[in-house]
Amino acid sequence: MFDFLQGYDVLGAFWTTVQLTLLAAAGSLVWGTLLAAMRVGPVPLMRGFATVYVNTVRNIPLTVIILFTSLGLANTLGVTLGAKGVIDTLNFRLAVLGLVAYTSAFVCEVIRSGINTVPVGQAEAARAIGLSFSQVLRLVVLPQAFRSSVGPLANVLIALTKNTTVAAAIGVAEAATLMRTMVEKEAQLIPIAAIFALGFVILTLPTGLILGWVGKKVAIKR
Amino acid sequence: MTEVSVAKEDVAATGELVVLKSVNKHFGALHVLQDIDLTIARGEVVVVIGPSGSGKSTLCRTINRLETADSGSITIDGEALPQEGKELARLRADVGMVFQSFNLFAHKTVLENVMLGQIKVRKADKKKAEEKARALLDRVGVATQADKYPAQLSGGQQQRVAIARALAMDPKVMLFDEPTSALDPEMINEVLEVMQQLARDGMTMIVVTHEMGFARSAANRVVFMADGRIVEEAAPDQFFSNPRSDRAKDFLSKILHH
Ligand SMILES: Nc1ncnc2c1ncn2[C@@H]1O[C@H](COP(=O)(O)OP(=O)(O)OP(=O)(O)O)[C@@H](O)[C@H]1O
Ligand SMILES: [Mg+2]
Repeated sequence: MFDFLQGYDVLGAFWTTVQLTLLAAAGSLVWGTLLAAMRVGPVPLMRGFATVYVNTVRNIPLTVIILFTSLGLANTLGVTLGAKGVIDTLNFRLAVLGLVAYTSAFVCEVIRSGINTVPVGQAEAARAIGLSFSQVLRLVVLPQAFRSSVGPLANVLIALTKNTTVAAAIGVAEAATLMRTMVEKEAQLIPIAAIFALGFVILTLPTGLILGWVGKKVAIKR
Repeated sequence: MTEVSVAKEDVAATGELVVLKSVNKHFGALHVLQDIDLTIARGEVVVVIGPSGSGKSTLCRTINRLETADSGSITIDGEALPQEGKELARLRADVGMVFQSFNLFAHKTVLENVMLGQIKVRKADKKKAEEKARALLDRVGVATQADKYPAQLSGGQQQRVAIARALAMDPKVMLFDEPTSALDPEMINEVLEVMQQLARDGMTMIVVTHEMGFARSAANRVVFMADGRIVEEAAPDQFFSNPRSDRAKDFLSKILHH
């Protein structure tokens, strides 16, 4: 019944999807947190930069950003990200870069609203015992902001998992790319679509369930 | 260099610990602190009293630079408050602050709350910091709560932890901004007792409070503020029984009758 799967590396394609997701998630968590720190920080230039960044990037379609990394950065400006000519590797890295650039804007906003749940009095008390701005952020505000951000971050992560399919636009061999190939060559359209749909559900459902549970577990009692 | 050390000796000789000279502060068009002159001697306990909105909290917050003054000078133990930065953070650590709403770090245990500043600001090692934290928690009577989180404590207990957290920095002066106003009546005394003990131990204290019992028994001086100005300063007994200004008379008649 599943003969049509012969000759296609479905698991391999999903593995690429997982890799795209995990690398982009790690990158956007770091960059998004830095952006959030800039947005609440005392330096007007950084505040301005982060605000403009978030509001611009959030409003550009992801496809445009991914195409820009490929056409703009790689083809025009010659950015190679250390990839040695292998088109696949380069495109994979560009896709991660594009996904990070895009997703970090959403991570930033999640962290920022997490920061807003921390009573301002705690930051003042932290300053009053002599902690510097970055210490206040690292030791008091962000640990609490992260805890209340787990649930919303799960949504961002799920969206990111699905967004990795946009990497197909620059030829990364992830799940959606393989699906398109199979749809062109095979007759069993509905089973193919079902298998790929199931694949994404298998990836995203546990994310939501596990992070939802973690979020409740680490929630701060006030 | 000689000039500086002479200046410091003068300060030590006169025993002036906190000195405010014509301090002004605006919030937009609102002139919240108007030409405040205030000198607090080492070991002195000063109670600040006055109607809502008179600038008492702002005064406290300006003394450790949670708010910046627009003009005038503030010195702590002879040192002027610097601009933002490392120096300011260090000086802030010398000024303990206790807030109306406790403001304990919600994600840290009581013990960790009292250890954090010692480790990160005073660079104490963990073991020493823990010993000191436990001793302080014992002193304020919450030693048995050390491993709980703030939300598991009563308001009175939380406020005593907040006092221990401030004391852990070995501050030169302690500021209290209405430390008992958010507490249920039955918890007010346990906090006031800790503060009274602190006063007896010789801590320099600036206390914004309407607790007249505390003012009478622990304060050396009462400072009455209204509309951003210091209207009257007197010994507690004299102030409560025989206020000179009309503003003070009016205010006292209101808080005595509620
Ligand atoms: N951050 C701020 N921005 C604008 N106005 C402020 C700010 N903080 C305080 N004010 C105003 O400054 C005035 C003095 O406030 P402050 O909190 O110092 O008064 P207070 O004497 O402590 O009053 P209370 O007894 O109600 O605590 C008030 O009119 C208040 O509304
Ligand atoms: Mg106040």
